[in-house]
Amino acid sequence: MEVQEIINEKNLVYQPSKLLTGAAFNFCPGCGHGTVVRLVMEVVEEMDIQSDVIGISPVGCSVLLYDFYNIDVIQAAHGRATAVATGLKRVLPDKFVFTYQGDGDLAAIGTGETIHACNRGENITVIYVNNGTYGMTGGQMAPTTIPGMKTSTSPRGRDVATMGHPLRITDIVASLDGACYVTRQAVHTPAAVRKTKRALRTAFENQKLKRGTSFVEVVCSCHSGWKMTPLQSNRWMEENMFPYYPLGDLKVMNGQT
Amino acid sequence: MAKIRGAIVVDAERCKGCSVCVANCPQQVIALGKTVNSKGYYYAEMAFADKCTGCVNCAIICPDGAISVYRVKVEN
Ligand SMILES: Cc1ncc(C[n+]2csc(CCOP(=O)(O)OP(=O)(O)O)c2C)c(N)n1
Ligand code: SF4
Ligand code: SF4
Ligand code: SF4
Repeated sequence: MEVQEIINEKNLVYQPSKLLTGAAFNFCPGCGHGTVVRLVMEVVEEMDIQSDVIGISPVGCSVLLYDFYNIDVIQAAHGRATAVATGLKRVLPDKFVFTYQGDGDLAAIGTGETIHACNRGENITVIYVNNGTYGMTGGQMAPTTIPGMKTSTSPRGRDVATMGHPLRITDIVASLDGACYVTRQAVHTPAAVRKTKRALRTAFENQKLKRGTSFVEVVCSCHSGWKMTPLQSNRWMEENMFPYYPLGDLKVMNGQT
Repeated sequence: MAKIRGAIVVDAERCKGCSVCVANCPQQVIALGKTVNSKGYYYAEMAFADKCTGCVNCAIICPDGAISVYRVKVEN
């Protein structure tokens, strides 16, 4: 059978979500942000909730979500996404509200908003892309930068004696009574992508159950900030980030799928 | 015996030539081509089309949503 015969509408098994506008992603080639951004719309499309979902974009490389998504998106001030989501969800409790944030946004300038929204158990979905650096501004050290990791502001590697320890904010969130589902995933292999997609689905389904905050961390590379190729950075992430940020569920309540 | 055949279509203008799909195709079907798109990226192509099984691994890992996948069962 010729390839041209296979490429036929009736044999189509995968195409990018129709909820993407088609605008080119602004991310560097190979950046995991693109994969996560895509997966969120796949889940929204499969749940058929596109007219009832509102996203909050952060300050960071993913600031332009509103250009990529055919759904409503509000852009929040740096770190304030969960505060904006709180207001939105309380005014429009029947809408699905999610934030999409990097680690500089969620775990540095927005630490207070994040912890208190999760502690209040706001019925929202928080998507947290942790690449251990401030990607957008040039790969500076973040609270999440792992020990010894070289960044533009820790050129000899993060020294915990003077620069402190990396913040595992996801572990803190898991300890809060308001959080109903807390998980840490990745998108560096097809198997990991499938798991992240299932986690995102659970995190959105939970809003129907009104159980509290669902929190999905995705450990990603920022190869531009790390000064590696996309494939090198994925390997580096497996060897160096995962031991510090182990993948898996941190909190799952009974009855969750 | 029935055989599964697949094929991918890469949106050459969306592809940024990151090679993530190349490294994650279990059948080594994909390679970056020798021509560039309008942004100057060498884009991904099916280099060994008859080996594709339509497993969708490349498409679900592509950060730019540049890949569509087709699959068909061939009786022979
Ligand atoms: C109030 C404020 N402070 C600082 C900045 C500068 N700034 C822009 S993006 C960013 C950090 C982004 O890092 P992260 O959230 O990890 O996202 P990434 O770009 O890595 O995805 C900072 C500090 C800003 N825009 N506004
Ligand atoms: S700077 Fe880093 S996080 Fe931002 S798009 Fe590039 S690789 Fe991704
Ligand atoms: S993963 Fe996507 S963007 Fe990267 S080379 Fe393959 S098709 Fe192109
Ligand atoms: S569908 Fe599977 S076999 Fe075909 S090119 Fe993609 S990864 Fe390779």
